[in-house]
Amino acid sequence: MLSATSLRRGLYGVIPALLLSPSLAYADWALNMTEGVTPYSKEVYGLHMAILGVCTVIGILVFGMILVSIIKFRKSQGAVPATWHHSTAAEIIWTAIPILILVVMAFPATKALVMMEDTAHSAMTIKVTGYQWRWGYDYVEDGIEIFAGLDEASNRARQINSGIDPVSVDNYLLETDNHIVIPSGTKVRILTTAADVIHSWWVPDLGWKRDAIPGFVNESWFEVESGKEGVYRGQCAELCGKDHGFMPIVVEVVTPAAYKEWVADMKARQVASAELTQKTWTAAALQTHGRKVYEANCMSCHQADGQGIPGIFPAMAASQTLNGPLADHVNLIIQGKAGTVMTGFGPLLNDADIAALISYSTQTWGDTARVVQPAEVAELRGARRAVVSAN
Amino acid sequence: MSDTHIATDHHDHHDEPARGFMRWLTTTNHKDIGTLYLLFALVMFFVGGAMALVIRLELFQPGLQFVNPQFFNSMTTVHALVMIFGGVMPAWVGFANWMIPMMIGAPDMALPRLNNWSFWILPFAFTLLITTFFLPGGAPAGGWTLYPPLVLQTGDALPFAIFAVHFLGASSIAGAINVVATVFNMRAPGMTLMKLPLFVWTWIITAFLLIATMPVLAGAVTMLLTDKFFGTSFFAAAGGGDPVMFQHIFWFFGHPEVYILILPAFGVVSAIIPTFARKPLFGYSSMVYASASIAFLSFIVWAHHMFTVGMPLAGELFFMYTTIMIAVPTGVKIFNWVATMWQGSMTFETPMLFAIAFLVLFTIGGFSGLMLGVTPVDFQYHDTYFVVAHFHYVLVTGAVFSIMAGAYFWLPKWTGHMYDEKLGKLHFWVSVISVNVLFFPQHFLGLAGMPRRIPDYSVQFADWNMVSSIGGFVFGFSQLLFVVVVIKCIRGGVKATDRVWEGAHGLEWTVASPAPYHTFNTPPAPAAIEGGMR
Ligand code: HEC
Ligand SMILES: [Cu+2]
Repeated sequence: MLSATSLRRGLYGVIPALLLSPSLAYADWALNMTEGVTPYSKEVYGLHMAILGVCTVIGILVFGMILVSIIKFRKSQGAVPATWHHSTAAEIIWTAIPILILVVMAFPATKALVMMEDTAHSAMTIKVTGYQWRWGYDYVEDGIEIFAGLDEASNRARQINSGIDPVSVDNYLLETDNHIVIPSGTKVRILTTAADVIHSWWVPDLGWKRDAIPGFVNESWFEVESGKEGVYRGQCAELCGKDHGFMPIVVEVVTPAAYKEWVADMKARQVASAELTQKTWTAAALQTHGRKVYEANCMSCHQADGQGIPGIFPAMAASQTLNGPLADHVNLIIQGKAGTVMTGFGPLLNDADIAALISYSTQTWGDTARVVQPAEVAELRGARRAVVSAN
Repeated sequence: MSDTHIATDHHDHHDEPARGFMRWLTTTNHKDIGTLYLLFALVMFFVGGAMALVIRLELFQPGLQFVNPQFFNSMTTVHALVMIFGGVMPAWVGFANWMIPMMIGAPDMALPRLNNWSFWILPFAFTLLITTFFLPGGAPAGGWTLYPPLVLQTGDALPFAIFAVHFLGASSIAGAINVVATVFNMRAPGMTLMKLPLFVWTWIITAFLLIATMPVLAGAVTMLLTDKFFGTSFFAAAGGGDPVMFQHIFWFFGHPEVYILILPAFGVVSAIIPTFARKPLFGYSSMVYASASIAFLSFIVWAHHMFTVGMPLAGELFFMYTTIMIAVPTGVKIFNWVATMWQGSMTFETPMLFAIAFLVLFTIGGFSGLMLGVTPVDFQYHDTYFVVAHFHYVLVTGAVFSIMAGAYFWLPKWTGHMYDEKLGKLHFWVSVISVNVLFFPQHFLGLAGMPRRIPDYSVQFADWNMVSSIGGFVFGFSQLLFVVVVIKCIRGGVKATDRVWEGAHGLEWTVASPAPYHTFNTPPAPAAIEGGMR
């Protein structure tokens, strides 16, 4: 809600911002669509410019006629009104010419659309899942799973009245904690779906966006031209709740050779993280890691201080789950609460994350602090699985 | 005995309205009800406008300064609902009430009690909607399009908002039925269909669109209600439903809805341009046919609002072709208006200024609409500020500007006084400049990649957002000038003549200014009808 203090503080900010807004120094006064880095995005850019051109020409004609009549046919200039009010020829002309223009435009548009819908012969497939509010990526062939949400620096700066100047944050709101990596010169098939509400996966340089819809899988594709390796950024484009503006997409395009290295590297890291979940952690390490996990996953709803937002997100301290049996706590985090926006974090968090999170939450908001080890979580997770599959 | 006699006598004439609040609560007079609708719309424009200013305030610079994201989303959602259902639609019903009976030579609307009822539903509906801000979980924040599953995450507000939509639908349907009944049954002898002023024609078409689509919206929101509270799963994939089906149903209502908002504007502009060009409207019958074909096409283009949901290629092609086809009848209208001005003898009073601005700026909105209709490119434009710019050009500089034009045009007939022309022109110039500062840069933002409905943005978008916000504040506050003009005009001013404007034609200009409480108790002479035809 608008509070008087924030209003006052904001207004004080407005005047200097107007005069020497640092954000304006970074702004690029961009006017037009990007040409992008894929054959499709170039096609789209060409179409966009062509239609813009047609509209501009028609606009100049129509607005020119209006301007001429305003100048020439004014009563103060002694203009005498004509009485004609019909001309079949004129009306046929200005019906037929637009039809012709549209037909001519329809050809390249149809061609581009057919191109977009042709997902055959792709070299690899990535399943993209929208979550409130992060993206999950599943490299189907390479067996890599990545979750990518807003990076920590942006996340801190974007809190209301954080006192952090967005300009001081690199790629403010367009940076993620993890990047996905894509080989150039490769046709990549993207399957979009969602876990909770509808999202939309959009990187302008790739030339399209596609909705991620719970229960449905959409197919699209792109191929970044060789030589166009680089980092491309985008955002969720479909309103998906409170933090819709805060679920960016970062795609790192590298050469196929570098991609292979990255895959190997990711596999090695998977092994390392499996080890992390097997070792025994110190209480202090659990606290530090738990706080990080909380800030990345829970803070957007339950807030940094754990007080939540009255009426929407409950305060952590008020939750009996923190003081109840460990199994219930693990269960809540893994599967969430059915029918509420408190979704399950099972696929996102590993056993070490959950152990640290519980240690941190109970220490900070619970009646009694708990020190939970990943092994305990693993056991409970295993028990859960057994129950679920038995059902 | 004599008492009853006096009472009946009074009842028979009831020339003078009752006084005080009861007059307005119980009135069945089309002019009173028209006034109520128009004043209600004016209030709602300011309520919705205040929300828009909260949005522009937060977007003035990057970072979150004033409101949290949830409240921001409520602002965009309720702003749209208020402007569409509380501002533009009631304004058009207000014009219809005031003008249609006078334009067709009828003494009143055909169903006066229904008329009273359809207005008085509105304040209750909006009270219901606005009170949701005070409920746990806040006002609806899932967008005015109410897409599930997101909208089902709304807190206690959901059933209230849905009932509000039901009420609004009932009110609109009642209003539409009234217009249809009036025009088809109460035209003065000699007023054949092809002699109707275009405003009446466009309203008839609008009324049929309303009757056809409002029940569809009511059905869609009712399905949301049962999904949320009664365990159905129309829109939940887990229960065999389909969230995209909601979008199809919604836009089957939603696309005709945008023509509901703009068709009466075509009618108003078709009345104003010939008046101030002192030349008959060019191509009357093609205007009628173009309006009808736009209305027909509006039923088969809905999925262009949802090209990115993943339709089959054939579906995408179909909706692309039908959508760009709408440019043809719309173009005919634009060309006809320009041809009306050509070789006229124009003067530029405030209504004409707003009408010309409509002509230019609505055309710009039409261009961006054509661009959005081209599916492959829409994959880039969709859900960005380019779309926001597009629909504000057609709705603000389209619908709202023509509402302004119409208000200035008929104010002297309504109040009996000329409005303050200097103030009117000032209002026009400040509005037309600031509205472009407000909305034109949003094209750039969208093309550069800024999604819509976000409370904060990366610094590369800071420039045009700041410009847009400045335009927004000037535009918003300059509308207070309009209020001043209206109040001044109601209170006094130069006495208006019956005809008011030198080039005015039509039955409404044959009655006194201000229009007496009852007009055309006896039908107008056929000669008057012919004189109104241009
Ligand atoms: C999308 C917003 C959101 C996020 C993110 C979120 N929660 Fe919640 N959480 C909720 C809501 C809403 C509820 C209340 C659910 C209900 O209606 O009972 C809740 C409830 C809870 C409760 C109380 C459950 C009970 O009934 O005692 C706990 C504990 C909790 N969340 C922990 C977490 C943790 C830990 C995380 C991070 C892994 C997290 N939440 C992330 C929205 C969220
Ligand atoms: Cu999203």
